[in-house]
Amino acid sequence: MARRAALFLTCAVDALYPSVGLDAAGVLERLGVEVVFRNEQTCCGQPWINSGDPENGRRHALAFLATHEKEEAVVMLSSSCADTVRNAYPALFDDDPALCARFRALAGRTWEFCEYIHKVLGVEQFPAHPSPGPVTYHSSCRTLRGTGLRGVVEKYLEAMMGAHFVPLPENDRCCGFGGSFSVKFPELSGRIMEDKLRNIASTGARTVASLDLSCLTHLKGGAQKKGSPEIRFVHLAELMREALAGDAG
Amino acid sequence: MSGQVSRFRAASAEAVLNERLIAAVRHTADLLVSKREAAVSSMPDYETARARVKKMRLEALDHIEENVSRFAAQAQKAGAVVHHAADASEASAIAVGIATGKGVRSAVKTKSMTSEEAGLNEALEDSGIEVTETDLGEFIIQLAGEKPSHIMAPAIHKNRSEVADLFARKTGAEPGLGVEGLVAHARKVLRKKFLEAELGITGANFAVAETGTVVIVTNEGNGRMCTTLPPLQIVLLGIDKIVPELADLPELLMLLTRSASGQPISSYVSMTTGPALKGEEEGPRELHIILMDNGRRKMVRGPYREMANCLHCGACLSHCPVYRAVGGHAYGSVYSGPMGSVLSPLLFGKKDHAGLPWACTLCGRCAEICPASIPLPDYLRKLRGEVTEPGLKAGLASRLAANPALYLLGIKMMRRLLASGGRFVPLMENWKVARHPPQPGAGPGLRDRVPGGGK
Repeated sequence: MARRAALFLTCAVDALYPSVGLDAAGVLERLGVEVVFRNEQTCCGQPWINSGDPENGRRHALAFLATHEKEEAVVMLSSSCADTVRNAYPALFDDDPALCARFRALAGRTWEFCEYIHKVLGVEQFPAHPSPGPVTYHSSCRTLRGTGLRGVVEKYLEAMMGAHFVPLPENDRCCGFGGSFSVKFPELSGRIMEDKLRNIASTGARTVASLDLSCLTHLKGGAQKKGSPEIRFVHLAELMREALAGDAG
Repeated sequence: MSGQVSRFRAASAEAVLNERLIAAVRHTADLLVSKREAAVSSMPDYETARARVKKMRLEALDHIEENVSRFAAQAQKAGAVVHHAADASEASAIAVGIATGKGVRSAVKTKSMTSEEAGLNEALEDSGIEVTETDLGEFIIQLAGEKPSHIMAPAIHKNRSEVADLFARKTGAEPGLGVEGLVAHARKVLRKKFLEAELGITGANFAVAETGTVVIVTNEGNGRMCTTLPPLQIVLLGIDKIVPELADLPELLMLLTRSASGQPISSYVSMTTGPALKGEEEGPRELHIILMDNGRRKMVRGPYREMANCLHCGACLSHCPVYRAVGGHAYGSVYSGPMGSVLSPLLFGKKDHAGLPWACTLCGRCAEICPASIPLPDYLRKLRGEVTEPGLKAGLASRLAANPALYLLGIKMMRRLLASGGRFVPLMENWKVARHPPQPGAGPGLRDRVPGGGK
């Protein structure tokens, strides 16, 4: 039976990286998934939830539930948004057991993009990328400690890029983005970022892949400001799409 | 409220430029992180122990009043005098009263964050009593006229050559001493103080209700000197440190020292039950224990209950990306790092520490390594809403962002503004301090696949 999944884009994709939505849909379709897309989707509400504002957070959670409850699976293009749906939503309704149970059930069917490919589709390998180059992987904090996906992206990148994949030193450390933190304390955020950029430079990578575009936007803006050599910051879906397209000939 | 956020921004912006400070903090913090990692990974049942400790601590909190009374009764039975202090100023007033009543002129002291909280040194010094910090880190800080910047490694922000200069300037040490020379010098200076002191002051890492015992963990032996040499001893103890049974200690100590310094156990674990008995040569003739509340009871009754389980190991500080980038002083509180950002607003006032819950990227590393499994990021999120109440603007933004048509309109506007360099984008000036503005990438996107989507 063919699998069916609703793709959730995130604000970052809508505002800055619209093509990544198509990349991700293309990858899933190549892997045999019927991709549906709910155009009424908006923001998951993370900015409010992370500000200790459950009241406004609940509005977004309820909208998400209304849009996606009937789906067999929801696939999200960000670990931090997936973490919000899975771990923060149910807690927003702990005084309403029936509603909370519905959020828990939905949480059980919500996945981050790469996690879905790994855990649900059981994909072990990706074909070699047609033009592999030095690449490293920035694991977001919510990938490590939210959805808890460890070692999977690295495995896929090795398959696609072979020896061109170089692990990022200190990859369990935060890049300093932190949502509103990045604009509340920009000097501090920038200082934490410097270490990340230095680690990236040490790998010699020309491409940095991640599952969270918000970290990448912060890192890319920082690299540009520092006048660092042109580095491509990409969502993993983009490299996967290229690899699968190359495979098709 | 945003005034406190600005305060932390200014303090952190200044700290990140202090290369010497940051290098010193990183050096020691990274060392502590790797030592902890080695100590924890060599303990096969670490996660089980952690789960048991959490359960044990939560159960103890359910009976906190019983534990406090039982501890007080047992300590009294062992010959100690027990005092109860509702807040910091009462705690230091009691200590000053005891010391001046006995005509004390000089006191030696072990490292105690509770005493920092109570402002004890200042209160004693105001009464003309000389207080000497005997923990090496605290001794350094005291000579420098500063405050501790890490709850476990108080002088983490100073490097060896700064300490050498300080010792030469303030205590007549030979200039340019190495680490061993500095330690030997401090020992010589402190030995004299230990022998002179009429009063020993300690905090406590734990206190045992079953036996009335006070437990302190040290590596330098100074704790044992403070609890055995002076004829009078005062223990200042936060009521959260009381555990029900002696049998609870081994696991707690094991987690504490591994998390704090990566040691299976500290060099010294000093346990004091009452003053010296008749015929005993060592130990204080008189022992006073001050049980300080200072906001703890209120904390235990509220939604941040588990914060009282904190072992004060300092691991969350060393692992925190923010702490590592700015050190402890930027926080402007006795307690810094993740635990300090929760504890400071709860114990010392939300208004005065409103910036701290925001001083966090929510990376989650603290919760991952906390030996007491305290949900620090969840607490920080929740506290944000209390220190900065969401206003009308937050509600309006949420309404707009949750409405599909308005959301898409907002995205379209944002893309347009960013395409022309990001002028008029909210907070763009702050973003640009460290980064170039993002440039919106080209479509088409998934929305364009939907009839009428993205329009």
